[in-house]
Amino acid sequence: MDMKTIYLLIPLAPLFGALVAGLFGWAIGRKAAHTVTIGGVAVSFLLSAYTLKYLLGGGEAFNGTVYTWTVIAGVDFNVGFLVDTLTAMMMCVVTFVSLMVHIYTIGYMSEDPGYQRFFSYISLFTFSMLMLVMSNNFVQLFFGWEAVGLVSYLLIGFWFKRPTATFANMKAFLINRVGDFGFLLGIGLVLYHFGSLDYATVFQQVAADPAGWQAKTITLFAGHEWNLLAVTCILLFIGAMGKSAQFPLHVWLPDSMEGPTPISALIHAATMVTAGIFMVSRMSPLFELSDTALSFIMVIGAITALFMGFLGIIQNDIKRVVAYSTLSQLGYMTVALGASAYSVAVFHLMTHAFFKALLFLAAGSVIIGMHHDQDIRNMGGLKKYMPITWITSLIGSLALIGTPFFAGFYSKDSIILAVEHSNLAGSGFATFAVLAGVFVTAFYSFRMYFLVFHGKERWMSAGHSHHHGDHDDEEESHDHHHGLGPNDKPHESPWVVTLPLVLLAIPSVVIGFLAIGPMIAGDFFNNVIYTNLEAHPALEQVKHHAHDALAMGLHAFMTLPFWLAVAGVAAAYLFYMVKPDLATMCDRFFTSIGIKKLMEEKYYMDHLYINGFAAAGRAVGTVLWKVGDTLLIDGLVVNGAARVVGFISGMVRKLQTGYIYHYAFAMILGAILMLSFWLYVWGVSGVFSN
Amino acid sequence: MTGNLLNLAIWVPILAGLIVLATGGDQRAGVARWLALAGALAGFIVTIPLYTQFDALNAAMQFELVAPWIASYNINYHIGVDGLSVLFVILNSFTTLLVVIAGWEVIKERVAQYMAAFLIMSGLINGAFAALDAILFYVFFEAMLIPMYLIIGVWGGPRRVYASIKFFLYTLMGSLLTLVAFIYLYSQAGSFDILDYYRLPLGMTAQVFLLIAFFFAFAVKVPMWPVHTWLPDAHVEAPTGGSMVLAAITLKLGAYGFLRFALPIAPDASREYAWVFVALSLVAVVYIGMVALVQSDMKKLVAYSSISHMGFVTLGFFMFANGMLNQYAVVGAIALMVSHGFVSAAMFFCIGVMYDRVHSRKIADYGGVANKMPIFASFFMLFAMANAGLPGTAGFVGEFFVVLGAVQVNFWVAFAAATTLIFGAAYTLWMYKRVIFGEVANDNVAELQDVNKREFLVLAILAIAVLGMGLYPKPFTDVTLQSVNHLIELAAQTKLQ
Repeated sequence: MDMKTIYLLIPLAPLFGALVAGLFGWAIGRKAAHTVTIGGVAVSFLLSAYTLKYLLGGGEAFNGTVYTWTVIAGVDFNVGFLVDTLTAMMMCVVTFVSLMVHIYTIGYMSEDPGYQRFFSYISLFTFSMLMLVMSNNFVQLFFGWEAVGLVSYLLIGFWFKRPTATFANMKAFLINRVGDFGFLLGIGLVLYHFGSLDYATVFQQVAADPAGWQAKTITLFAGHEWNLLAVTCILLFIGAMGKSAQFPLHVWLPDSMEGPTPISALIHAATMVTAGIFMVSRMSPLFELSDTALSFIMVIGAITALFMGFLGIIQNDIKRVVAYSTLSQLGYMTVALGASAYSVAVFHLMTHAFFKALLFLAAGSVIIGMHHDQDIRNMGGLKKYMPITWITSLIGSLALIGTPFFAGFYSKDSIILAVEHSNLAGSGFATFAVLAGVFVTAFYSFRMYFLVFHGKERWMSAGHSHHHGDHDDEEESHDHHHGLGPNDKPHESPWVVTLPLVLLAIPSVVIGFLAIGPMIAGDFFNNVIYTNLEAHPALEQVKHHAHDALAMGLHAFMTLPFWLAVAGVAAAYLFYMVKPDLATMCDRFFTSIGIKKLMEEKYYMDHLYINGFAAAGRAVGTVLWKVGDTLLIDGLVVNGAARVVGFISGMVRKLQTGYIYHYAFAMILGAILMLSFWLYVWGVSGVFSN
Repeated sequence: MTGNLLNLAIWVPILAGLIVLATGGDQRAGVARWLALAGALAGFIVTIPLYTQFDALNAAMQFELVAPWIASYNINYHIGVDGLSVLFVILNSFTTLLVVIAGWEVIKERVAQYMAAFLIMSGLINGAFAALDAILFYVFFEAMLIPMYLIIGVWGGPRRVYASIKFFLYTLMGSLLTLVAFIYLYSQAGSFDILDYYRLPLGMTAQVFLLIAFFFAFAVKVPMWPVHTWLPDAHVEAPTGGSMVLAAITLKLGAYGFLRFALPIAPDASREYAWVFVALSLVAVVYIGMVALVQSDMKKLVAYSSISHMGFVTLGFFMFANGMLNQYAVVGAIALMVSHGFVSAAMFFCIGVMYDRVHSRKIADYGGVANKMPIFASFFMLFAMANAGLPGTAGFVGEFFVVLGAVQVNFWVAFAAATTLIFGAAYTLWMYKRVIFGEVANDNVAELQDVNKREFLVLAILAIAVLGMGLYPKPFTDVTLQSVNHLIELAAQTKLQ
């Protein structure tokens, strides 16, 4: 098999599975549906791994067309693949996590009537995501971009009977559309100024004359010339803000937890939400040329990293804690992009994909064990009943908070290093945000960890009385009640659930240590990601540390981030294990000064969107319809014209009385009028003058 | 021979319609249905060679045929198609076939007359797209109103009389001015041949008046804001088939009018006043998008959505930069016309499927349809996404290129146009959510049966069309390219002396 065939098979195998399970799932049954989809994704994963190995072994990167989508104005719009190390790494991450999630789903969705549909969707997602990362042009990127959005929409609303789920999926789609709106305009500017939507053509042009491109301007408001690349890059990044849930377009991600937990892991943690990070890294030759855009990205990322982390502290739904953690971590990646450390962002993307998928799937396992009670206040002491889930969760949490030698440590520390050494406007704030974020991350992660796995077994006392809010899974598919009954005990999940946990725990520990050398210090991303080290030297500092993973880990014990993380864990231990009264006191304090309310309302962003923009849109629509269309156009003009015609004809009709003397009178009157007129005209013109 | 291909496209459906009509009353409804299906199928098959034998590298008229008609006024039966019209002849015949299947057992009264009206209308519409003689065009353009008037007026809903008269008068008023325009052009050129007008020198005043005349005829048909209010009423009252043809085809005839008449005949005036068209188009996209959001009647919602999409089409037609039309925008607009033909027909058919069961178009009367009609819900999802312009579906292609073209002309125009990404998704998906998702809302929904084989067939054909064009639009755009280039050339010339 030549490489092109392999590249074709990689996305098509999951698509095949999706089509079979989706169209014929009713006929072939559950087992066949999960077999064919898992088979498809497994093929895809193996071939992706082979691709990575091939490229690491010195194989040529591939950039070629599959077919020509269309040709307009002499410009080809192709469907094609660009497979280089960045792509190959993404392909491996996507297909590996997807495979784990597929296997996990057998256990998690075993009682759901929509079993085949679910498998079809997650395979379709895998196809879409692969099309996104493998694209060699903006059109296909946009296709994958919106296709993953579609599948995300379908999966958030998978339990379509629930009003909360169908609200959440529409919200997700629309907020993403706001991002795509900017993205599309950005693509429009790229086509206009570069005359092509192929990555290679565009990047070659900027590489040939970077100074020239940096000097180009665009006039959006008369009299104000703006830097063309800055405008283009910010527009493209607005797309990333939607997809990667950056402030202020982040509001959809917490609500997306309405979807089944496997897709929260796959789509809303490991892969789809990182598409924005991937996209900016892919476009590094463009973004590198605009400090304005990079500063913008860094500040947006910093806001997201810190302020979304805060919200993680007050969540009681196990999935929402992880969701806010995801938002915060996406903020970290974005900050790294802003610091021109694209490779570091992608590195964190990879490590995060493993440990966050692990945390989500572990949360799902806990949810199964708790009989679909998701409130961490009702848990406690689960380590005794769910040992595998416990250990793997601990590993995931340690990786997340950046414990030295764990995967997350290497990537997060690299980000912090890069930001500290960034010379762009906003880097001071970003440094503060990522450092403070370390403490916050450690605090909320271990708050959850302690509440779930340690301490008192609170489900005994919780009973049925106040179990689960509105966020429990699978209402309709379960006959038994939700939450544990008085005589129930939590139980460890079946092997199809725990196996993926174990398989994800392994990279969560080792991948950072193994990969930092080549990915950050080495030449893994050479010729793939472009960084102008003279203008943005931050990455140089990171590279300096990254070449020795062991030393970096040992050195960490003497650095601030490590002690911030320790402080976070210690604080969580103190508040939730040793002195719960302290937590209550703090809670009361923050309530009294209004901050608790601000956080519970998620900084009022939802209010702004729902009661602000959406309500205003409906109100304006109603006014335009009732006043513009119905009253003015139809009422006044159209029916008005009809009424005027009707009125005049009504008048004229009255003249036709049918009485002969009326007609005779009118004739005489007319004759007199005509005669007078002509007499007048003749008189004036002097006909009678002689 | 090649000219006869077009002749067949026009006269086969009309003849078939007359034969169907001859079957008479409803006692022979079965015969009428099968005859209509055969006629529609034949009508579609004869248009296929128009595509396969079409020379895409040639901008000139193809399959041309000229025969004297009224020699004393130099009026000819002159037909032919180029890249601007050929797709619509095929799309029209395709839609007619679907409409016949769609109305199969749904129409129970005056079956023969119903089927005949659609077949005859199909021929007349093909005639209007193929006509290269102004009077011939006018005759087809006006004659087409009659079957549609009857379809709404006879098989329509409770307010059908108001709607059909509104439809008829609105469009008739508009097109009368075109007749005046044609007579003026005849006085100048000595012929009614449309192609003769393309190089005819015309002063600015004359061009402006011509443009106004064309505007009234075609803007009503498109419909552009503010002469759009007939469309929601017509759609709401029209039977499903009527809505399908109305949205998929007859609106396109209005847009086609701008391509065939306004731009090449009055290029200087078109350039000078392009901003008016752009402004009205943007109003259609934004204003109508918001109006669509608050509709409580599904058909009205999709009707407003059609107006909004057609706003994109007219926007694409008037994207002048330095006196040159933008090729992306024009090709995108034509692609959008085709894709809207598939998508709007599909949307109206979907609403028809539900209406046939529940006899309501009100969104509030539904909820949780997916529980009872999962297959239908899946198809409807696809079409809703296509309506929202999702990449990979037909709906994306046109919108994408119109926005890309608009960016090259004026960033803020593109900015306003791109809001459709948000509005389009908002009104479509909000409707979908309220109708399809949720618990079973009431007894009517509880009794719903999923689609039958006939409905499945129509949905599947449309789904293939929507996905096919979305994944591989090249066959659609390729045939238009040369003719669009030619149009750009014509629209860039000056006729002033």
